[in-house]
Amino acid sequence: MKLNGQLDHLKALEAESVYILREAAAEFAKPVMLYSIGKDSSVMLRLAQKAFYPGKIPFPLLHIDTSYKFPEMIEFRDSYTRQIGAELIVHTNRQALDDGATPYALGTQKCCGALKTRALLDALSEGGFDAAFGGARRDEEKSRAKERVYSFRDSMGQWDPKNQRPELWNLYNGRHHKGESIRVFPLSNWSELDVWLYIHVESIPIVPLYFAKEREVIVRDGSLLLIQSIVRLLPGEKPQTLMCRMRSLGCVPCTGAIRSQADTVPAIIEEMLSFRRSERENRVIDHDEEGSMELKKREGYF
Amino acid sequence: MGPSGAQLDTALSEVVNLFPWHSGVLRFTTAGSVDDGKSTLIGRLLYDSQSVYEDQLAAVRNSRINRSTGPLDFSLLTDGLRAEREQGITIDVAYRYFSTPRRKFILADTPGHEQYTRNMATGASTADAAVVLIDATKSVLSQSRRHAYIASLLGIRHVIAAVNKMDIVGYSQEVFDRIAHDFLALAEQLGLADVYAVPVSALEGDNVVRRSPRMKWFDGPALLEYLEELKVHDTESLRPARLPVQYVIRPDSGFRGFAGQVASGTFRPGQPVVALPSGIKTRVKSIVTFDGEAEAATAGSSVTLTLEDEVDVSRGDLLAAADQPPTVSCRFVASLVWLHPTEMDRRKLYLLKHTTRIVRARVTRVNHRVDIDSLVKLEATSLRMNDIASVEVETTLPLYFDLYREIRSMGSFILIDPLTNATVAAGMIEEAIQGDRLMPAGDAVDRTTPVSAEERSAHFGHPVALVWVEGHQSVAQRIERRLFEDGWFAHLINASDYEAGEVVPVVRAFRSAGMIVVFSVGDRTAHRQPLRELFGSAFFEVDATERPESEVANEIMERLLIWKETTMLRGNGAS
Repeated sequence: MKLNGQLDHLKALEAESVYILREAAAEFAKPVMLYSIGKDSSVMLRLAQKAFYPGKIPFPLLHIDTSYKFPEMIEFRDSYTRQIGAELIVHTNRQALDDGATPYALGTQKCCGALKTRALLDALSEGGFDAAFGGARRDEEKSRAKERVYSFRDSMGQWDPKNQRPELWNLYNGRHHKGESIRVFPLSNWSELDVWLYIHVESIPIVPLYFAKEREVIVRDGSLLLIQSIVRLLPGEKPQTLMCRMRSLGCVPCTGAIRSQADTVPAIIEEMLSFRRSERENRVIDHDEEGSMELKKREGYF
Repeated sequence: MGPSGAQLDTALSEVVNLFPWHSGVLRFTTAGSVDDGKSTLIGRLLYDSQSVYEDQLAAVRNSRINRSTGPLDFSLLTDGLRAEREQGITIDVAYRYFSTPRRKFILADTPGHEQYTRNMATGASTADAAVVLIDATKSVLSQSRRHAYIASLLGIRHVIAAVNKMDIVGYSQEVFDRIAHDFLALAEQLGLADVYAVPVSALEGDNVVRRSPRMKWFDGPALLEYLEELKVHDTESLRPARLPVQYVIRPDSGFRGFAGQVASGTFRPGQPVVALPSGIKTRVKSIVTFDGEAEAATAGSSVTLTLEDEVDVSRGDLLAAADQPPTVSCRFVASLVWLHPTEMDRRKLYLLKHTTRIVRARVTRVNHRVDIDSLVKLEATSLRMNDIASVEVETTLPLYFDLYREIRSMGSFILIDPLTNATVAAGMIEEAIQGDRLMPAGDAVDRTTPVSAEERSAHFGHPVALVWVEGHQSVAQRIERRLFEDGWFAHLINASDYEAGEVVPVVRAFRSAGMIVVFSVGDRTAHRQPLRELFGSAFFEVDATERPESEVANEIMERLLIWKETTMLRGNGAS
């Protein structure tokens, strides 16, 4: 990145993230990178390319596929990881799907619990991974603000927010007993704006759903849901065509779009600077209960 | 590769207009309790700098809890954990992010009461500046004193005293002047380099983001203005060049790059460097990055260096300016902050992580403990949670370090309990102690006698043992490497390399040299009996014929560690 002056802080964030990636890759026997296909994952992936250049990324990527992701996400995942030569593992909780897990049947909390949290814990233990990189940022949600860069998980994959290892300087303690693991967050100190600026100056490819275009949607409880096969229309709901885009990517039934004209990265950044809403707001699950992110994280969610 | 320079320039100019920041990042820390209005102050900074989103604000407005006297409880913006909201306390260090058109800020917000020392030290360790909150209705309390002291201990050069609740004292200049005077005296005593005092009212917003018309007698910048303009003294870039090696990148036999973050100084191609611990001198050949070769790598940048000569360098080694190498020693004086409920144990060997390296270490002596309220030095023999002390540390392998006050990342370390893996202490190297390596206890050492087994085991940090490995030779190799990298003195013996009659004598020789023998059995199972007798309880069997290598290696490492801790503690290490 050739930056000077105004965007110097991105350089500092990049250097810190690369340091974290290298540190964890060296210290753990079998690390893996959680790849969610979203913008944060895309940045994390680019940082991993940088950290080990001219070598290849020395660990696989893991995607937890709930089967309810947008088709554009899956297309993007497959073509982009192939293009950069990264090893990709896809894991799905087939059992839960066979048992009929949908957010409609179970509610969002339980559906997430089965298709994301359980699936993730299973994939980590099946793969014997002792460290997992995640793209979470501390500014995303209040309970994340106290998350360490190296976040310790017990042998059940759970997080105990009141019993975290103190983390001083950049001296991370990754020691763990068999069965325990560490979640590593290289983007801890990035903000949403930093992520977009970096995507722009680095020309990092992202899923087209982030860019505004005319899409068929329904308006439900004040949010815009894209019409996809899993979304069932309720009585009285009429599809309409609107200029909109996704601010963050998740599962089709639980991730809403926002009205937007921003069809380029600079336009998105411009929009962001005038935004007064936080990005997880379009996720149904975070709002189910006050402190729900903390509860999910304790159970093993990223 | 990224986009070309011209493309990048065009792309950049598109966003730079939207984004007029110019001062990079400022990392700062605060400490204080609910009473002194810290949460309100931070809420103000976030709110007035428009870093709070509508939906977050709505959540605060709709919350059942409001502990403040105003319409908005700003602390709810910052207290993230359930228990904190319910109990109205801040438990842990929380990191906050906000930006103004001039700068990005990373704030480590630390609670003032529970575990204050541990939390403040954590927050201060990554900060360039500290905001110390002082309650104008009270004066410079012990809490502010503690915070200022920890800031100075952790090497923070810029300290801002925010004298809060000025609204309650009628915006009185006299009150402010008295507190500011006391604080400046304290700062001088602590040797703080750069101090600024500002009168504020977090509740009313006076002098937080904008200058207050209610305190015309004060002509300095408001708190946020000051933070925006604060020039951080980056002394690291002026120090000798250092790069702790994190990772060796070898995509093919033709490329060998040493990856790491430059701790200090600047590296350039052609520059003479010394590799430690080998002491071999060579030159930097190139600075490799994803974005092309660089002409220089300055402090803070993450790069990959290639060297002119083939030098054996691995993780934990250091590349340093050849003409200004660091101190190499097994003994040093450090300031230590004890972080764990378990008391410090002087007989115990801890793991010490310094830069990218882990060695074994013992705290051999407590010079004094500091009473952090009075700053008086007290006698002490041990340390408990939240104690701060001057101690002497001895490591089993030499460290290559600089003093903390000169290069932060070359003089800081943490101690880890090898059994529980908990981070138990954080240390700052204040002074090297030159002289002998770690010697057994007792004052006088007779230098004419042969080195005893006890001395060897104290020197190496572990007694002798044999690891009997059945399975592929690669397992034994992996175990040897793991031991070696963790600072053990280990040697691999492949039984098949020797005649049957040679095996036991060879093992015996390594045993008397004080080493851990990793014995790859192959088909020589007949040696089991004599070797078992030779090593007694220090004979460890590993069967990797049917289990994954990494699992087997992890398991034996754990067993050896526990064995070593218990035997070294019993003091019969040489068995």
